[in-house]
Formats: sequence, C-alpha cells, structure tokens
Amino acid sequence: MSEGFVAIGLLLLGILVVASAIGYALHLRSEGRSDTVNNLNARIRAWWGMAVVMFGAMLLGPTVTLVVFGFASAMALREFLTLAPTRQADYWPLFIAFFVAIPIQYVLLGMKWYGLFAVFIPVYIFGLISFASALSQDTESFFQRNAMILFAVMVCVYGVSHAPGILILDIRGFAGRNVELLFFFLFIVQLSDVLQYVFGKLFGKHKLSPKVSPSKTWEGLVGGGLSATLIGGALHVVTPFSFWVATAVALQIVVCGALGGLVLSAVKRSLGAKDWGSSIAGHGGFMDRLDSVTFSAPVFFHIVRYFWT
Amino acid sequence: MNWFFQLQRDALLALVRVIVGASVLARQAPPAHTVIFSNHTSHLDTLVLLAALPHAQRNRTRPVAAADYWNAGTIRRYMARRILNVVMVDRSAGGAAALVPLEKALDEGWSLIVFPEGTRRQERLPGPFKTGLFHLTKTRPALALTPAYLENMYRVMPKGAPLPLPLLCRVRLGESMRNDSGEDKDAFLSRAHAAVCELADGKAAA
Repeated sequence: MSEGFVAIGLLLLGILVVASAIGYALHLRSEGRSDTVNNLNARIRAWWGMAVVMFGAMLLGPTVTLVVFGFASAMALREFLTLAPTRQADYWPLFIAFFVAIPIQYVLLGMKWYGLFAVFIPVYIFGLISFASALSQDTESFFQRNAMILFAVMVCVYGVSHAPGILILDIRGFAGRNVELLFFFLFIVQLSDVLQYVFGKLFGKHKLSPKVSPSKTWEGLVGGGLSATLIGGALHVVTPFSFWVATAVALQIVVCGALGGLVLSAVKRSLGAKDWGSSIAGHGGFMDRLDSVTFSAPVFFHIVRYFWT
Repeated sequence: MNWFFQLQRDALLALVRVIVGASVLARQAPPAHTVIFSNHTSHLDTLVLLAALPHAQRNRTRPVAAADYWNAGTIRRYMARRILNVVMVDRSAGGAAALVPLEKALDEGWSLIVFPEGTRRQERLPGPFKTGLFHLTKTRPALALTPAYLENMYRVMPKGAPLPLPLLCRVRLGESMRNDSGEDKDAFLSRAHAAVCELADGKAAA
C-alpha cells in the first residue's frame, strides 16, 4: 500500500466524519422532522457503507475490486432490465446479458486482455444478443426490445467495467499505483455528484433541465462541477498527472458524468420511474449511483491509455 | 413441520429472494387464515409467494400444487412433501374429489396458496380461472380470499427456461374478498379474476 493510497483513504475518512457531524447537527436542529435532512442522513450512512466496501476491495487487490464492480454491474443491469418492458421472448437475449456478457467482460479484465475487453461487447455481444432476439420469433416491437437490451448492456456492463479497467493499464512511471488512479476517478465522479447536490440545495435557482431532471440547477452544476474539478487538480499527487493536467482530466470526468447522469435520468423517466431501485437507502438503486460513471469511465480510460501508456 | 425442514425451506426462500427480490407491496397484511390466489407464470411462483409472507404466516401456509408435477422425481417429491408442505392435487381427478385435500387442510386451520388458472401462462395478465376457487369457498362464506399478483415472473422464467433471470419481482397483495353474497359461479370468478388484473395494473396495491 502506497503513501498516496493511505493519504486519500484518510481524506475520505475525514470527509465522511465531517459529513456525518453536519448531518447530525442538522438532525438536531430539525428534530428529525425534515424529509430533506432525513434523506441527507440516509445518504451519508449509505456513503459510509459504499466507501468501506470500495476502499476495502481496492485494499484487498485487483481481483476483489473486479468482483465488486462485476457485482455492481449485475445489480445495475438488473434494475435497468426490470424497468425496461422486455417480453418473455427476450429470455435468451437477457440470459446472454446476465450470464455471458458480465462474467466474460470482467474475466477479460482479470486476464489483462485489453484487445478483447475493448471489443467484446460492441462486437460479439452486440451480435449474440441480436441473433438471439431474431431467433426468438417475436416481432412485436422487436427493434425497441433489442435496442433496450443492448443499451442496458453498454451502460451497465461496458461503461461500468472501464472504471476498474484502469487497473490493467501499464502507466508510465506509475507502476503498482493504478489503484490510486481508480480511486481518483471514482472520487471525482461521486464528489461532483455530491457537490452538485449541495450547491443546488444551497444556491439553486435556475433549472438546468426541467423536463429530464427537475432537481438539477445551473448553480449546482457550475458550483459543484467547478469545485470537483479544482479538487481533482489538487489531488494530482495520486495521479501520473501534473496539477493542470489533473484539472483538465477532472473536468472531463465531471462533464461526462453530469451529461451521462442526464441521459440516464431521461431513460429512467421514459420508463416511468423516479428511482432505479431501492437497494441503497436514501440513494435509490445501484444505477442511481453508477449513472455518472457509465459514460465518463470509458473516455477517462482511453485518455489515460492513449497519453500515458 | 420440524425445525430441520423449516431451516431448509427458509434457506431456499432466502436464495429465491437473492435472485428475484420478492418484495411485498400491500396496503395491509393478509388475514391470518386465508386463501391466497395468484397469477401463475413460472415454476418459481410458489417459492416467491412463500418468500413474500412474514415468517409466522409462512409456517401456517401450504401451497396447493399438482401431484403429477411434484411427485415426479426424488428431489421434487422431497421439496413438496418435506420442505414446502404442499397440498397435492390430482389434476386428473377433477370435480369435487380433487378439492377434498384442500378442504381438509383449511379445516385444520392452514392457509393455502392456489393458482386458479390451473396452469402456467406466458403473459402479463392471468388467463381464465378454473372453478375450484368457487367450489372451495361456496360452503365457506366467511373464508378470506387474498388476491396476489406476481410481477415479472413471466420474464424471469418462461416455460422451458433452464435458469431464472435475476430480474426483480414484486408481490402485490390486494384487499381480501369473500364468496358470501350468493353470486353465481361466473360472477364470482370474474370478480376474483378482476381483482388480480387490477393488482397487475397497479390500481389496488401501492
């Protein structure tokens, strides 16, 4: 375990302690009667759980980390496909999504087989699921069903798997420290979400996207996004980047994360739901936490791979 | 049922909950003594309904199922007789004779789980109900009947599927009803059928 990893672990611990203290103070002031404060405290408690699981997994090594991400992919895919109106004829396409796409995608990461990891889902799973759909002999809204399943797999499996994908890169001058970069990525993505929420609650006036995501505001996006970007710059010590490069990369993570969150909010609304699920108290489902990871992880992965390996 | 079989049952139901969720959506808990009737789309339905019941009620409830399916093979027979305490119905017997084991179980104080369609259906909404539910309750006007709707199970494990898909299934339980207003068979059965369909459309529960 490197010094950088210990330092960011302590930073995370500090943030959670401060957040819990603020949550407790707000709880005392509102005497438990404010829904916003109760939801905030449920979220903070769940953050402790997620931080312990994620940090623990990364501490235990890449295999455990991959298993945790594979599990998160499966839970997100399950939430997505539970809401998506597939039919009983979609049994085999869904079977392939759950029992072929997820295990193989993560095993490829375990084998550090970058070439197949990068194309397995867009080439082979794209074909397999489409073939299975066609062979099922049900043409009722065939195109919509097939497209829904492929989109779900791209988001929940392909997108999410690129976050732990960082672990298989041979980054110049950064050997043995990849897990710090994974932590950097996850930290900025989630911190950006949290800070956008906080800035939105404190200063939010102008709605960013009233139809898709009514709680998001311009004040939240700009204030939270810029803060997360600057914190990303300050965290350059756990990356192979300089301060300014780390800031630019953090900006990419923040922008892709925010836009990805909007895309998945739109999907969620088109499926008639408010939350993806109810498995993480205060947050909703796994997909509610992974939404901003899905579109930013592959871009971050390829930026690192192109310029630093 | 002894503790050893109960433990196996609860372990099996815990596994079912891991795979399909089986969370309950109900305005009120079902009455203590009741016949739960539900749509039927997969071999897991019995387990999902049992998993959705609170533990105390689970111990008082017996699923009703076809003898020809559950007697085929050692594992199924073991599950049906020892673990799930199934009331076996002879589908070929037909008429009043087929209902005798159900009546006996009800009189002994058991609650029942029945699938009045009589067979699995591959669609969201249930098919027509067989007459058993009517005959069972005609002479028991005070017996509470609880409609249930299993979401998504037709997608989780359609006919011929080797493994269940891990999609989330919610069990919607409706308000209980009775066969106590002297309705004729068709009127009663269509009321019972409509109660399940309303749950499917999310009207009564939530």
